[in-house]
Amino acid sequence: MSLFPPIEKKRSGWQLFLMTVVGRSYPRVVGMQRERSWMFFDVFLPLLSVAAYVFVYRAIGAPEDYVGFVVVGGAMTAFWMNVLWSMSSQLYWEKEQGNLALYIISPAPMMAILLGMAVGGLFATLLRAIAIIAVGSLIFNVTYAVSSFWQLIAVFSLSMVALYGLGMMSASIFLLLSREAWHLANLAMEPVYLVSGMYFPVKNLGFWAAAAASVIPLTLGLDAMRQLVFASGPTLGFLSVETEIGILVILSVTFVTAARYLLAYVERLAVREGRLTENRR
Amino acid sequence: MKGAPMQKSVQKSVNLRSFLTASWLGWQIESNWTDPFLFATYSTIKPVAGAAILVLMYSIVTQGNFDSPVFAYLYLGNAFYQYVPAVLTGVSWTIIDDREHYRTLKYIYTAPVNIPFYLFGRAVAKFIVGTFGVVITIAAGVLFLNVPLDWSRVDWPLFLVALFLGVLMLALSGLILAGITLMTARHSYYIGDVVAGGLFLFTGAIFPLEVLPNWLRPIGYLLPITYWLELIRRSLVGAVAEAFPTFTALSNGDLLLILAASSLVFGIASIFIFRYCDHQARERGLIDQTTNY
Repeated sequence: MSLFPPIEKKRSGWQLFLMTVVGRSYPRVVGMQRERSWMFFDVFLPLLSVAAYVFVYRAIGAPEDYVGFVVVGGAMTAFWMNVLWSMSSQLYWEKEQGNLALYIISPAPMMAILLGMAVGGLFATLLRAIAIIAVGSLIFNVTYAVSSFWQLIAVFSLSMVALYGLGMMSASIFLLLSREAWHLANLAMEPVYLVSGMYFPVKNLGFWAAAAASVIPLTLGLDAMRQLVFASGPTLGFLSVETEIGILVILSVTFVTAARYLLAYVERLAVREGRLTENRR
Repeated sequence: MKGAPMQKSVQKSVNLRSFLTASWLGWQIESNWTDPFLFATYSTIKPVAGAAILVLMYSIVTQGNFDSPVFAYLYLGNAFYQYVPAVLTGVSWTIIDDREHYRTLKYIYTAPVNIPFYLFGRAVAKFIVGTFGVVITIAAGVLFLNVPLDWSRVDWPLFLVALFLGVLMLALSGLILAGITLMTARHSYYIGDVVAGGLFLFTGAIFPLEVLPNWLRPIGYLLPITYWLELIRRSLVGAVAEAFPTFTALSNGDLLLILAASSLVFGIASIFIFRYCDHQARERGLIDQTTNY
């Protein structure tokens, strides 16, 4: 007597793709909610940084809108952390734990696995980001003046597509890495907070530095969101919201397409070089 | 053979041997994943970027008024605060690293090793990397941002004593976290970060305690790191530190006494807490648990 019921209808094509996406996003959404203390820490940790930067602004007499900039920036750090640790590094963790080889030998497409990680991670992180904004806004009395809800939704959605596309792309690069993966992910925190203007308007980096930083989708996404939700936002914006939306569209298409090709290439390379099961602790 | 007696005494002292061997091991783990150039770059980019965020925030609002005492206050506080997560997580993270990642904690426990000294030793590498960060941050501040640090006017004895006491106090605090980490499974990754993040907020590292709401300030006054950072600032840039009212009623000697006393209290507490947690972990069979988190 078999332990599992026989598979009567095997899925393939887009159905398999979709099932894989749902299957891989399931532990991200449901699994994370089962460990309630993680939810608390995921909200509490960014709030500590937010509070510290808010008090710095208050100590030097900054306009109150800057407090709001920090709260929104702090919420967006949750997405960057998720992309960095749960997307980019994920295939490295899977390799460390021995799951990667199982992914490769299953009929599920790797792109669907990455997409499932992205969708699940995005949903779970969205809940935390909303909590950070809600709690941060209440504690520090942040006032918002939303000029266009539709543009705000468009900017946020595009930022997320581009950001998680970047995550999928870098996940395939991390597939080739060993111990350095952890160090590189760790390195990509403060420098990215700096260049993407998490805690201050990115315009202040200067045009060329801000333009170079725009390759990170959070930079333009955050800048456009600040322009759309704060009264002083438009005067402190880097580019117009319409231009930033246009660039985010280009970044989204580029990163998702690149992720698809890069993944296929790196997977072949990793198979050829025997790196899929290596474990150099 | 002048080195032979010394080598013998090192071998005889379990504590010293545990500390030195763990220091060497920690350094290897910390640095041998890449070439020295990349390691040096990695060790400097993070702290410099962290400091640059604060510098830009300050510069945007004050139009680049780097001569204000507020700037020196937050810049130096932020620079030396790098020791806090480095030492705290250096000691406590070793438990996770050895138990979950390398899966060697049970072998360490069965070896003739003093565990607290082993943990302190493993933190040495992070302390050294943290020192790179502190030195580079301060050098950048002095060279490019007018941080008013006059080497001839630095109170070196006070600085060295405060630094030693502070690092000792941090290592002992890390031992408390290591004990808690021994008894926990899924939450351990957060402990060092949460504690370091919370202390960053409450110890007046980057803003004077007066900026905090009244009801939060007592937390800052209870924490030894608050006094440690004040002593470091006073020893380096006395005039700047005196520009803020938080501790004007206290002399350097008073602050040093508070820091020494609180370090002693932390030291005693950490030994008892770690012993208790260690005993509990053995009782519950947690020393070799792996949770894959």
